Amino acid sequence: MDPIFFIGPVAIGGVSAALAALISITDKIVNNYGDITIDVNGGKKELIVKGGQPMLFGLSEQRIFIPSACGGRGSCGACKVKVTSDVGPIMPTEVPYLTKEEIADNVRLSCQIKLKQDVNIEIPEELFNVQEYQTTIVKINDVTHDIKEVLCKLPDGADVSYLSGQYGQFEVPPYDKVKERTMRAYSMSSAPGDKEHLEFLIRLVPGGIVTSYVHQYLKEGASIRIVGPFGDFHVRDTGAAMICVAGGSGMAPFKSIFQDMIDRGTMGDRDIWYFFGARTTRDMYYLDWLFELDDNNERFHFIPALSEPEEGTEWRGATGLITEVLDDYLKKTIPLDQDKEGYLCGSPGMLDACMAVMSQNDMPSDKIYFDKFA
Amino acid sequence: MNAAPAINPIALFVASIFTSNILLANFLGMCSFISISKDIKSSNGLGMAVTVVLTVTSAINWLILEYILIPLDLIYLRYIVFIIAIAAVVQILEMVIDRVSESLYMSLGIFLPLITVNCSILGVALFIEIRSYTFIQSVLYGLGSGLGWWLAIMALSAIRKKTEKSKIPAALQGPGITVITIGFMAMAFLGFSGMVAVQ
Repeated sequence: MDPIFFIGPVAIGGVSAALAALISITDKIVNNYGDITIDVNGGKKELIVKGGQPMLFGLSEQRIFIPSACGGRGSCGACKVKVTSDVGPIMPTEVPYLTKEEIADNVRLSCQIKLKQDVNIEIPEELFNVQEYQTTIVKINDVTHDIKEVLCKLPDGADVSYLSGQYGQFEVPPYDKVKERTMRAYSMSSAPGDKEHLEFLIRLVPGGIVTSYVHQYLKEGASIRIVGPFGDFHVRDTGAAMICVAGGSGMAPFKSIFQDMIDRGTMGDRDIWYFFGARTTRDMYYLDWLFELDDNNERFHFIPALSEPEEGTEWRGATGLITEVLDDYLKKTIPLDQDKEGYLCGSPGMLDACMAVMSQNDMPSDKIYFDKFA
Repeated sequence: MNAAPAINPIALFVASIFTSNILLANFLGMCSFISISKDIKSSNGLGMAVTVVLTVTSAINWLILEYILIPLDLIYLRYIVFIIAIAAVVQILEMVIDRVSESLYMSLGIFLPLITVNCSILGVALFIEIRSYTFIQSVLYGLGSGLGWWLAIMALSAIRKKTEKSKIPAALQGPGITVITIGFMAMAFLGFSGMVAVQ
């Protein structure tokens, strides 16, 4: 055979290999940043991590989990961290996710910062408590036509502690046209007293990556990674009356909160008004449990409201938009002079409307706590 | 291989900067020339980067040509091999710049990897092959072309800074007036031609 058939490829291959070797040697020398120290919250923690990687990964290596929905691709803007030492100019990839105030405050996206030298950062102290858990799905229940109750068993010996109302990041594997692992945040609906399980209420969002996976593919026995807990939505220990409003899967944090009160025996220590809005009876769930709570506790009031009740169905709750029902109760039923705190969980539209109603009824806006679905 | 042209390497070096400026006499490497010249600082950085890449790739490509392609009679593979070598050098340069100066790395942005397909670089490699330069001639020609490119982009960028506030007809704003400016610059550089020959 004519040697030309292999001399050409071999020559190109040889040249490429030599150059590739050169590149990788340079990479080893140039990109060797050695070990980097990350100083968290002014000396509260000192982490030694390998340099050259994004800060988000360096931190998670050291088991500090910054919330991130996209897994470090710079597309969710969740992994914000305050950096108090110089790490270079803000990247074009960060700009869309930072407000003017955040830029002035040295807030950066930790997934876009390459660790090149020792850095000082500030993060909320609760993040120290965040861990990752490889859980097993033990039960999936349909609670309504579009909401599933997903029970995850924690690995043996996992020491999970969280406050009712906090959320976890639920990660699903690649499927169908989704090529990457995807994480989304869901509030725990289980009570912190259950040390073996985490429970989530996941409502099907048309086109939602994680919700579609949960509704169509997730099977009992599957293994799911959960990172948490995150969030500052939790009950303030004040004794003021709690005005709770939820819709859809916004039930989750309240289920956790009420169950936790029952577990601790504190149910009945303060007045609770729980408004739950839905369109029709098929969007209502946990009614038996909540009505039973209402019946057995003088200070717990459950007010479910249907905005479009079907004709001829028997309905024990209120009818009308949740905002109207809330307004009505704030004006007529709930004592006017009582200290009140608002707790809201649901879609942004519902939340904004309910917050407006609460403000109109003289509830101070700094006493209204909410968990907005983004 | 033909005999190397008998040009003093120093003369070749000077010629490649002025009389046969890779940009203004051969019109190679125009895209980044036009787009980056908006900003003097980035122009300076890119000019430096192009100069380094040109010098290094001239040497590497000459060695590959002389010791691999010509002995093995593989001249027809020169396009592929030259581009591979250029890509590798750019990759290395990118890593070095990222480490040394983050602000330069950021300001060059996408144009740094795009040096790979900057035609002036492949053009110089091919001129070296066509004109059968010696090693010394090649390296000086590469360095000279790089400095010539750097000079041209700095000059254009300075002119653009001047014209920035001028009243330019709407239809000519941006690339239009830039191309006309480049035309005038090329004519000016044409005045040098004939003083020194490069081949």
